[in-house]
Amino acid sequence: MEFPGVWPVGRLDFQAVPDHTVDSSTARISRAEVAHLARLARLAVTEEELDVFAGQLDVILGSVARVGEVAAADIEPTTHAVPLRNVLRPDEVGPCLDRSIVLAQAPAVEDNRFRVPRILDDEQ
Amino acid sequence: MSELTRLSAAEIAGAIAAGEVSAEEVTRAHLDRIEQVDDVVRAFLHVDTDGALHAARRVDADRAAGRDLGPLAGVPLAMKDVVVTEGLQTTAGSKILEGWIPPYDATITRKIKDAGIVMLGKTNMDEFAMGSSTENSAFHPTHNPWDLGRIPGGSSGGSSAAVSAFEAPLGIGTDTGGSIRQPAAVTGIVGHKPTYGGVSRYGLIAFSSSLDQAGPFGRTVLDAALLHEVMGGHDPCDSTSIPQGVPPVAAAAREGAGADLTGVRVAVVQELGGEGYQPGVLAAFQEAVSTLRGLGATVLEVSCPHFDYALAAYYLIAPSECSSNLARFDGVRYGLRVGDDGVRSLEEVMSLTREAGFGPEVKRRIMIGTYALSSGYYDAYYGQAQKVRTLISRDFAAAFEQADVLVSPSSPFVAFGIGERVDDPMAMYVNDLCTLPASLAGTPAISVPCGLSEGLPVGLQVMAPALADDWCYRVAAAFEAAYVGTNGPLRAPELIGGAA
Repeated sequence: MEFPGVWPVGRLDFQAVPDHTVDSSTARISRAEVAHLARLARLAVTEEELDVFAGQLDVILGSVARVGEVAAADIEPTTHAVPLRNVLRPDEVGPCLDRSIVLAQAPAVEDNRFRVPRILDDEQ
Repeated sequence: MSELTRLSAAEIAGAIAAGEVSAEEVTRAHLDRIEQVDDVVRAFLHVDTDGALHAARRVDADRAAGRDLGPLAGVPLAMKDVVVTEGLQTTAGSKILEGWIPPYDATITRKIKDAGIVMLGKTNMDEFAMGSSTENSAFHPTHNPWDLGRIPGGSSGGSSAAVSAFEAPLGIGTDTGGSIRQPAAVTGIVGHKPTYGGVSRYGLIAFSSSLDQAGPFGRTVLDAALLHEVMGGHDPCDSTSIPQGVPPVAAAAREGAGADLTGVRVAVVQELGGEGYQPGVLAAFQEAVSTLRGLGATVLEVSCPHFDYALAAYYLIAPSECSSNLARFDGVRYGLRVGDDGVRSLEEVMSLTREAGFGPEVKRRIMIGTYALSSGYYDAYYGQAQKVRTLISRDFAAAFEQADVLVSPSSPFVAFGIGERVDDPMAMYVNDLCTLPASLAGTPAISVPCGLSEGLPVGLQVMAPALADDWCYRVAAAFEAAYVGTNGPLRAPELIGGAA
């Protein structure tokens, strides 16, 4: 495990020129795109919701697109504030939950397993 | 109201250790208080009367047997419903988990149980911790004890309201973009967001994994510090947990109570104030800065130019991570399942389940995140937001070369009316303006009550470098000592007798 112990310290380049990767004035999302997103996210949204969400997502995305105004071409992205790397533990068997306890919370169970709806079409 | 519910956690623990009162009496007093006021405050989703009394009796038995008691043994606590508790329903404020009984304890749940802290029940919250008002709870809103028509902040508004309303002296919240500090501010209590990785996330239902952090609520800085020491420390079950001990926060709170900040450099952040902030909030903040100066602190100003982009970066990063984290709610292993008629496919059942189980704010954020992570948009949105996050950390680093702590208001506003902002997501998001930079940088920050505006509490935020949580507590405790010495403690109205 690697832990630097000190916070990364860097100097800002305040003079950098804005780089308009995203133009916040034209960021727009259509109703059809929202329907596509809902499908990707497995949300069976209603027609009424599509109308509401399309307007709201348009406003939100237009606002957050401001990040594009910051000149950051040479800046490393931060994924986690505390840079820990390669956190490992010994490969040893520890206590785990009993199957009956886990299955007791499942919406549907069959033969000591989670029962799921069909995942293949008939012809598959 | 029983005097026992007026005491601080430290006072309660002292009285129990000295045998002046039993843990069971203390617990019963707080359960009675919940009985009296929670039908109007509605801080709790579930009160665990039997479990609480059982835990209290165990503390009393330990004391009778001469066993060592921890510094908070027998003190009641309100637990946010995003923290899993074995055998006790945990919903994260969502219909999709209604009725779910976790088969294990979160690390912090285990730690508070081991410390003899008495968990009274699970508190209300914005669904999956997404919100700043607790109005996004799938179950009911929670009411601010200072004015029942107003919000208690969020997302940890159930815990903040419970502590403010004397239903519990301690509370646990989680803070992803301000969800401990903003509710603490608007209900007039203390709330601290630890350094990211300082408190285990194992058993926290994940919203945004790179930002989520659990922390303490109390009515005093010392109480919050004592709880922080119980919660914190390395946990092998959380790979992002910092492999170090807890900073000496209780000692710092005690030192700070001496009300001497001679030689401490306090910087006001230029970007966290001015336009968009309520005048009463800014006035209380300016007064707080004068108080800090009066305690001997050197006050200066710093500029953190990228803080202006924190809101935009946050509302890309958090939704992106949530869209991934909430994929686990698929109606297969636990929670709700809708539409499983033997004919519909897995994908259809999943989509119907998530449609029925998630509220509108959760759906909005999942879709924003799905969009921001899409091929073709990733670099412009999520990738760029992560770079801005780096720049915000650098702003902090530069500021901490000049100052020991940074200060700002904890929220631009006092508590607003229930229902006022629910239809306008952006109006809700700006509640987090002051708290987001420390979330993105992973640095610690505390909110301590600093006065009233329009009769409603205002919070002072004190931010410190990573791992220096003790600095937050030291400065907050010094401020608290000075404020309480002059004005007396901020205390919410009694709420009994025509309270509703």
